[in-house]
Amino acid sequence: MNFEKRKRRGGLNLFSTLKVALRALWRNKMRSFLTTLGIIIGVGAVIAMMAIGAGAKAQVESAFAAMGTNLLIVMSGSTSAGGVRGGFGSQPTLTWDDLQAIKTEISTVKAAAPQLRSSQSIVGEESNWTTQIIGTTPEYFEIRTWPMALGAAFTQSDIDSGAKVVVLGQTVVEKLFGANSDPVGNTVRIGGKPFEVVGVAIRKGQSAQGQDYDDTAFIPMTTFAQNIQSGLGKYIPGNIFVAATSAETTSRAQKDITALLRDRHRIGPRADDDFSIRNLAEIAGAQQEGTETMTTLLASVAAVSLLVGGIGIMNIMLVSVTERTREIGVRMAIGAKPRNILLQFLIEALALAMMGGLLGVALGVGVARWLAVRFGWPLLVQPDVIAISFAFSAFVGVVFGLYPARKASRLDPIDALRFE
Amino acid sequence: MPAPPTEPTHIEPSGTGPLIVVKDLTKVYTTGEVSVRALDGVSLTIEHGELVSIMGSSGSGKSTLMNILGCLDKPTSGSYTLAGQEVSRLSRDELAEVRSEVLGFVFQNFNLLARTSAIENVELPLLYQGVPGAERHERARAALERVGLGKRLDHTPAQLSGGQQQRVAIARALVGDPRVILADEPTGNLDSRTSIEVMALFQELRSTGITVVIVTHEHDIADLTGRVIAVKDGKIRSDEVQTPRPAVLPSQAPQGETR
Ligand SMILES: Nc1ncnc2c1ncn2[C@@H]1O[C@H](COP(=O)(O)OP(=O)(O)OP(=O)(O)O)[C@@H](O)[C@H]1O
Ligand SMILES: [Mg+2]
Repeated sequence: MNFEKRKRRGGLNLFSTLKVALRALWRNKMRSFLTTLGIIIGVGAVIAMMAIGAGAKAQVESAFAAMGTNLLIVMSGSTSAGGVRGGFGSQPTLTWDDLQAIKTEISTVKAAAPQLRSSQSIVGEESNWTTQIIGTTPEYFEIRTWPMALGAAFTQSDIDSGAKVVVLGQTVVEKLFGANSDPVGNTVRIGGKPFEVVGVAIRKGQSAQGQDYDDTAFIPMTTFAQNIQSGLGKYIPGNIFVAATSAETTSRAQKDITALLRDRHRIGPRADDDFSIRNLAEIAGAQQEGTETMTTLLASVAAVSLLVGGIGIMNIMLVSVTERTREIGVRMAIGAKPRNILLQFLIEALALAMMGGLLGVALGVGVARWLAVRFGWPLLVQPDVIAISFAFSAFVGVVFGLYPARKASRLDPIDALRFE
Repeated sequence: MPAPPTEPTHIEPSGTGPLIVVKDLTKVYTTGEVSVRALDGVSLTIEHGELVSIMGSSGSGKSTLMNILGCLDKPTSGSYTLAGQEVSRLSRDELAEVRSEVLGFVFQNFNLLARTSAIENVELPLLYQGVPGAERHERARAALERVGLGKRLDHTPAQLSGGQQQRVAIARALVGDPRVILADEPTGNLDSRTSIEVMALFQELRSTGITVVIVTHEHDIADLTGRVIAVKDGKIRSDEVQTPRPAVLPSQAPQGETR
């Protein structure tokens, strides 16, 4: 130009533009909020989804850590549709010989032990406590990877002699002797009979369902049979816990045990098993599948919400551009460049989307927190998930704000000024 | 600092030829079957530092001409050269730059942003010039003081009278230190005393080398300018140079310098 060019000091003040955008949004508070609802739900769903996925994974991992990946539980009675039947009311079908056969005849089995259970009052010097008494053999601690914190587990000779010895869980120790006490050598009474405390098992914590693993006392299975049940019969009045040689051989072991027991119980090819085997890895897998379905569902909710939210933003920005056509004309008439107008409306769309993102993060964290409390998961909302969903809402704002903003920036000043 | 030249001069340092050259300008509005020739072969030349008034009856095409001179509208045919630059060849960005740096436009209907305070309205041109916030605020305040609205900075247009809105519009046109001020009936809503004050301001701007073109219906106002162009039915009827009367009220001297 012939005019001496005046020096422009920097670009357009972004802060001023942001202020204008926020003021425009604030003028239509309700409209802005409703517009961002899609983004709020979308981002909320993403965060809740990630938290559920992470929480369920942590739950499965802790179940594995507590129970072992190679654990199989063989139970009397067949499975019914609702899950595992057995125990109460059903006749035991597993024999002590079955246990012996599982131990010796299957190569993929590392160890097997019976688990006889009864709820009993256990009496200390000053207090008593009702807990779960488990009658078993020393292998049980190995199978459940449950070493002693104090003292030692009972031995095979205790089994043979039916010794009145007991291993206590941490919760029982706390209830009878107080926290951090060493009760080894003390005597407790179970069913009125004195038992010597020989060991204290380490703390196992809670199961995924909130059951306290440590609220348990262990005695030799022979002692259990004599003092709590009426003697040893042919059948095992409980379950058999089996450890496979490794996590990989667990399924193999399950098949082999099934074949062995069907053979031993003389079950015909068409007849149902009279026992059932729980494979923890399988249960965990099923659980994981369930959460995966849930996650997929939430992911589609998130995707649809973000799309709808984006379209909502586009719609409201188009309305806004139309409403403010004269304003655009005035701004152009006094020197706004097309890109200034573009930026103004883009920032408005972006602010709208990011506000939605912020509220969505709040919603998502709220839901995740509620789920964590409800299912006893750790609270698993990673900061990067928040950052990503926030960035994604900003992305939606830019993508869907671009068209209305371009439309605004391409207006002709005189047409915009004459717009009614 | 984009300040006007310090010495009062009629000649722009960077422009050699005339400031505005318009040749055979026509503007035809077509609404359905009917077409209106709002401008019908207008040719005129305006030099740097002139204070020109355009007169004519309602509908004669004054606003249409001003919109074209203000680079807001395009003529149907004819050419418009602003400071030696053919306007029709400028890109959208260049036009925006011209509007921002060279022109200050006062609309007949003010065109202030609603729900936006007077000072923010006046700051806008500076925002698009990239002037930083504090300086923007200071210059906008000075411009409003210059039009006698120093006490109405935070009023929105709805809280201002028609005359006050008009003065905000004038402050907005001159805040960016333009070379040319195009004002469409800048005194239309003002009483005679305020009109004189505004005209005194325009005379003062002219004396610092700024070109001022105003549209007016009042002969009293036109008498304060150095040249009167009469328009009728989209054609120039007469174009007369005159000696402007100084814009002073018997009781009050014009507003002093505030910058
Ligand atoms: N956008 C438009 N579409 C159609 N006709 C228009 C348009 N703008 C102006 N006109 C017509 O062009 C002619 C000139 O209008 P213009 O606004 O330039 O008049 P004016 O001289 O400014 O009048 P006033 O003194 O009343 O402001 C009028 O007949 C008007 O009806
Ligand atoms: Mg007009």
